[in-house]
Formats: sequence, C-alpha cells, structure tokens
Amino acid sequence: MSADLHAPLLHTPLHALHLELGAKMVPFAGYAMPVQYPTGILAEHRHCRYEAALFDVSHMGQLKLIGEDAARALESLVPMDVQDLPLNKQRYAFFTNASGGLLDDLMITRREDHLFLIVNAGCKDADLRHLTTHIGSRCTIVPQPDRALLALQGPHAVTALARLNFAVTDLSFMTGGDFTLAGVPCFVTRSGYTGEDGFEISVPGSHAVALARELLAQPEVKPAGLGARDTLRLEAGLCLYGHDINETTTPIEAGLSWAIQKVRRAGGARAGGYPGASVIDAQLASGTAVKRVGLVGLERVPVREGASIVDAQGHKLGHVTSGTLSPTVFEPVAMAYLAANHAIVQHEVYAEVRGKRVPMRVSPMPFTPHRYHR
Amino acid sequence: MTTMFTPDHEWINIEDHEAAVVGITLHAQDALGDVVFVELPEVGRTFKKGEVAGVVESVKAAADIYMPVEGEIVEVNEALRADPSLANSDPMGNGWFFKVHVTHMEHFDALMDPPAYDALLKTL
Repeated sequence: MSADLHAPLLHTPLHALHLELGAKMVPFAGYAMPVQYPTGILAEHRHCRYEAALFDVSHMGQLKLIGEDAARALESLVPMDVQDLPLNKQRYAFFTNASGGLLDDLMITRREDHLFLIVNAGCKDADLRHLTTHIGSRCTIVPQPDRALLALQGPHAVTALARLNFAVTDLSFMTGGDFTLAGVPCFVTRSGYTGEDGFEISVPGSHAVALARELLAQPEVKPAGLGARDTLRLEAGLCLYGHDINETTTPIEAGLSWAIQKVRRAGGARAGGYPGASVIDAQLASGTAVKRVGLVGLERVPVREGASIVDAQGHKLGHVTSGTLSPTVFEPVAMAYLAANHAIVQHEVYAEVRGKRVPMRVSPMPFTPHRYHR
Repeated sequence: MTTMFTPDHEWINIEDHEAAVVGITLHAQDALGDVVFVELPEVGRTFKKGEVAGVVESVKAAADIYMPVEGEIVEVNEALRADPSLANSDPMGNGWFFKVHVTHMEHFDALMDPPAYDALLKTL
C-alpha cells in the first residue's frame, strides 16, 4: 500500500462526478475513492448482478511495455506464457518473488506494438520499480497516469455499451480492441472482476467524465462503488491482492495454478526463468501444506477477515482472508487458507467470531456462477 | 428530556425506566451502511455502563453496541433480528435493539442531550 499515510489523497478524473452523485468517499491506496453511492452497497451489488453497474477504477495502474523483447522480458517476472499471447488477447498474470510469493496480480493484453498492463493501485509504484529494475534495459516502460479506467459490469453492460458503439459486441471474454465511445478513442476489453459479463474501458482522463455521463445516461446503468466491487469479486471467488494473496502466499496455495500455462511449468519449452520458479514447480508437483478455500456459513453470522478457523476440538486450521454476508445468496461467504487435509469440499469447520464458534462448510468457488461472454 | 445519546452513537429513551429503549442513531446507521446482521443480548443479563451488549454488522463492517447505562435486559427486538434493515429504515423507531431496566438514573443524566449530540455530529 502507499507508504505515506499523511500525503494528501489523490483524485481520479471522476472525483467531482462522484461527489455530484452523492458518493461516500474513503481513502483507498492513496486515492479518495467512492465506497458507495446513496443507494448503498446491497442495491449497487444487485444492480450489477441483474442490470449493469459503472465503477471508477482509475486508481489502478495502466502501463505499456514497448519493444521487440518486451514479451520475453516480461516472462522473466511472471510464470505466464506472454510470448504466444495472440494479438488483442488478455491474460491474468502475477509477479512472483524469489520464494514464490505474489508481489501483485495483473492483466496483460497483447497489442499491435506493445503489451498493455493493468496492475493494482496499491502496488503500482512498487511494480514500476520492479519492472524498471529487472527489465528496464530490455524494453521501454511507459506508465499511463493520464488515462482513466472505467468498468461497466453486469448482464446488460453489453446492451448499454453497444448503443455507444455496436462493434463492442464482437468482443468475447478476455479480448480487447480500440473503439470510439462518445467521440473518444478508447481501449476496451471484455473483462472485469465481478464474475459478470462486462467491459473495462481505458479512456484519456480528460474525456473520462463525458464518457461516464454518457454511460450513466443509459437506462440499464447505475454507479457502484468499491464496497460493491469487493462483495461482487468475493462472491465470484476472485482474490483481492493484500488480503487473499500477498508476498507470503504462493499461487499454488492460492489455487491459481490454472493461470500458469504448461509451457512455463517443469518440462515445458520455456519452463521456469521467473522468480520463485523452483518453489512453484515443486508445489505444482507435490502440493502445498495450506490451500485457499471457499467457506459458506451455516448460520447467518458474517465471518470476516482475520477470523480463526478451528476444528471441532478447537485446533486451529487456518484463517479467513475475506468475508461478508453475500448480498446475492444471503449467506455468509468467506475465503480462507486451511491446512490442506481440511481443504475438502463439504468439510465442516468452525470460525471463531467474538469468542463463539460459528459452523461453516468448505465450498467450491465461485459462490455465484460466472457469466462471462465466452 | 426522555431521549439521550452516547458519544458512540447509541440512543436511549427512558419514558419507561423499567424498560428504557436502546438503539443506534441515524448517523450510526448512515456511517455503517446496509445493516445485514445484529447480535442481541440475552434477556435477563445485567450489563455495566460501557460494556458491549450487542453487535451490528453491515456489508462492510462490524460495530459493537455499548450499554449506555447499567441495567438488566428486559426485552430484545426480535423483529430487528429477523430484518436487520430496520436499523437503516427506522433507526429511532422500529429498528430499536433492546430494552433495559435502568437502575442508576445518574448514568442516564450523564449522557448527551440532543443539542450536545448534534454538536458532536458537527465536529465529525
């Protein structure tokens, strides 16, 4: 997270619009961000699940890697297949450290003449230093601080965005392209972090308010804040960096091995060659002592980050990294790291909440089905 | 004055001192956001002033309910347990939390009256 807690909060290009819409602003990763609008988190969450919600995620870091060697260079920092990523395809990725821990998770899109990266707000300064230190001599790293990022998410996002430019309907999940929206050239991907179909729109900051107003004018669309974004991604089983994953958790413990392509695993044509590869390959082969799991509460008590998970005898099995009362299924849902021998679906465990034991069941994730447009 | 406030944003109405009503303020419910869960005390249990007598949780956060005065719990709001959103829609009315038999009137008198509580809100 941003180191200087006393520095004045940064504003995204939509700051004045958030205030106009009555948002409750909170500090997040050094920015003043809308946690909710007057309708509240529950209504915003449900609007995203059933209609379409507009999120300002301009605090996230956007950057370009330019140069012939950029993909090969980036592969020295992430365990992903970047070189073979087809044009305009997007891929989930993470930076690892020497112990196989996670420095950040990110999105990579292959563009005609560069790789386009979106990284977490709280990590973007460290990520830039990391990239510059390790591959700064092999490619040109160009941060894009003047661009805003809007996420339009929900089953009706495509209907709303198609009115601005029908060509966006050609995109499928995890692909992107250049589209003119409200008269402004934008880079749009069909992706997001809510579990719903939707789009992320990179737009010049100077035109972000005009585009946001145009989107909010569509009958399907209402604004939603970081509060709803958090409950949506949790229901979708998606990790929040700094909570469910961090520099001490490996991608294998976190259940993210699906994101590591075969070509980068032991025996693959470009195996290893990134920080922590030996740890990660060993864990891929022999498993891990702890695993990230989903938990569903059997009583209606919300179980939150930090709660201990114990067995019937009170022996500690792990801890919760994210948790809330699911606004969609109205049951407590949580993510936790558990000892691997307890990380079994249907296994019953207990969360310690205010000195009491609340029964929970290990559950598959996502808690609500993904509805991506594949 | 029959309704007084705490600096922790509880209110207590003492029209009936054997069953004084306690809840959270309009400001408290606004700060919490959508309330999705409440934990209410056991009827018959006695709490000292300032002890945690309940919990209110929104989607985002959990907050303790502190006992505004010493006394015994004589009733809890089962309707609120069933529908925690009453704490948002009617915090000063149907969204009450519990009733308490007040034995130390001086505890009540030491709380904030409405002008004092309004003044506190202006500083937040």
